[in-house]
Amino acid sequence: MEAGARGCDFARLPQNYCNTIGLDSPPNGPLDRGHRADGLCQTRRVFGVLIRIDSVTKRYPDGTVAVDNLSLEIPDRSITVFVGPSGCGKTTTLRMINRMIEPSEGRILLDGKDLAQQPVNTLRRSMGYVIQNAGLFQHRTIVDNIATVPRLLGWSKDKARERARELMERVGLDGALAKRYPYQLSGGQQQRVGVARALAADPPVLLMDEPFSAVDPVVRKGLQDELLRIQAELGKTIVFVTHDIDEAVKIGTNVAVMRTGGHLAQFAPPAELLSNPADDFVEDFLGADRGIRRLSFFSTAGLGLLTTPIVAVDSTAEQITERSAGDVPYLLVTDVEGKPLGWSEPALLTAGAVDPARLLPYGRPFEHGKESLRAALDGAVLSPTGWAVAVGADGRVTGVVSQQTIGEAIRAAHAENGADGHTDGRTDGRTDAKVAG
Amino acid sequence: MNVLHFINSFFSDSAHWHGYDGIPTRMREHIQYSLIALAIAAAIGLPVGLLTGHTGRGGNSVAFVATAGRALPSFGLLVLMFVLLGLGLTPVMIPLVVLAVPPILVTTYEAVRSVDPSPVDAARGMGMAESRILFNVELPVALPLILSGLRSAAIQIVSTATIAAYVSLGGLGRYIVDGLYQRNYEKVVGGATLVAVLALVTLGIFWTVARFAVSPGVRRSS
Repeated sequence: MEAGARGCDFARLPQNYCNTIGLDSPPNGPLDRGHRADGLCQTRRVFGVLIRIDSVTKRYPDGTVAVDNLSLEIPDRSITVFVGPSGCGKTTTLRMINRMIEPSEGRILLDGKDLAQQPVNTLRRSMGYVIQNAGLFQHRTIVDNIATVPRLLGWSKDKARERARELMERVGLDGALAKRYPYQLSGGQQQRVGVARALAADPPVLLMDEPFSAVDPVVRKGLQDELLRIQAELGKTIVFVTHDIDEAVKIGTNVAVMRTGGHLAQFAPPAELLSNPADDFVEDFLGADRGIRRLSFFSTAGLGLLTTPIVAVDSTAEQITERSAGDVPYLLVTDVEGKPLGWSEPALLTAGAVDPARLLPYGRPFEHGKESLRAALDGAVLSPTGWAVAVGADGRVTGVVSQQTIGEAIRAAHAENGADGHTDGRTDGRTDAKVAG
Repeated sequence: MNVLHFINSFFSDSAHWHGYDGIPTRMREHIQYSLIALAIAAAIGLPVGLLTGHTGRGGNSVAFVATAGRALPSFGLLVLMFVLLGLGLTPVMIPLVVLAVPPILVTTYEAVRSVDPSPVDAARGMGMAESRILFNVELPVALPLILSGLRSAAIQIVSTATIAAYVSLGGLGRYIVDGLYQRNYEKVVGGATLVAVLALVTLGIFWTVARFAVSPGVRRSS
């Protein structure tokens, strides 16, 4: 694999980078590492198990068991989410991965090597760490906050700051904020700085402990989308802790549901979690509308659209008659550019004299092929006509679809995906589908 | 004869500006005693305060030292030390240091304790060594409070260093002690004024230090 394609800035890293973050030891497992002629790491690994949690128990001196005999494999370059109620041991598990907490029993392997055998600070520098309130250093400017780990690794000040500025761009922060202090930033901006700081030394692993739970829902959605984008660009192995199951389902490649007492209730991709909860606890934790939420993982690409019952606002009487043929109950009226205006019964339409105020609302149009069946169903349910409007990326109507057709598509998708309900189209549909939820 | 008149006649007498009992000499002696006492107190209070504050251990001992130090009367201690040790700088320094350690120690301990734990957690999770966490994360944020502890210690030292004159040493206390003995109230008031001015200058120095040493990010947000 070519390093640059994955967004790894190896060319910018110092000569001893691989040594510094402990990547020079013999590969154990399916690894594909190499060094370029100039001595820099070129590639780190192909897909495989990166972090293995092996029968780990954390017991405190007072007898409390935070994590109970947990075994889990965290795949490389994916987002693994630990979710559960408070006291379920999810944060403890995360903090055992960077040895902020040491396990009482069992071991954790990173690339096949026992964490306990590695120098703790070197290990931590190879893992980005993002916490709930960002935990920025208030006495340092934004750019110097982000440059922290590169500086710890011995980079020069200029080089570390240059890298920090690149990262500000990567996480969507205005470069003008570089010289500001944390107190001058909003909560959402501070959390972006927290993510940038964690990414600064390009660590293969990113640990995130409820990073977005202290910001408001709108900002949180933005941060989640940004994280998915960054993950797509950089391909980090992300371990993410949250108490919000919707967040877990949205961003997780795999979701580990934990229950009080430090037990693992289920470990599965989100779609499987929604379709096949392992027990009552998981089902209860997922919430009431998991059937609807599962639709987020089904694409609308195969949905059969009708293109006939659509008329432009300036249509002639003949066109209206022609379009209402075939006994359609409603016609969708569009403006001259093809954008939806509203529904009307064919009989109530008069050529050239359509009053947009008298049309029935069309709900929320869904982007055909890009958004999920959840968005399509939502659109159909929102309109009193029971029909959903499909649009293209430009917002022009590409067709309409009835609740019945969507229902058939849902049944077909269930049949096709069987019990596990996993489709390749999930990443396309899920982001936008959450808006409707 | 009012106080202002005393002050005026004290400072306008040119004899008070020369020689071994002149204002420059006494001022220099006073500053010298104060600086030595502050340096010793800081050398004891700062490291202990930083360490106990960082680890969170020893809070009770800190509180005990503070209470004990405050309960000891400086003048009584001076007399005791003079009896035990005889003439010299040491019997003067001991009460001054005992006076100054509690504010430095307690505020330093409290300042480090009260630093927001999340940046400390983040720093540790990023692989920062404990000493670096203390000096690069906790200290800059705790600095305003630590400086305020040093400041109140310094001001207490400056005003209390007058007791040096009781055991035949110099400093601005000389004017007060000699003035009282000679019933020369002009001298007493003049000496007291000089001590007050020196205390204000000390305040000004600490204000300036804080202005430049504390990061703007900390100054505005706290």
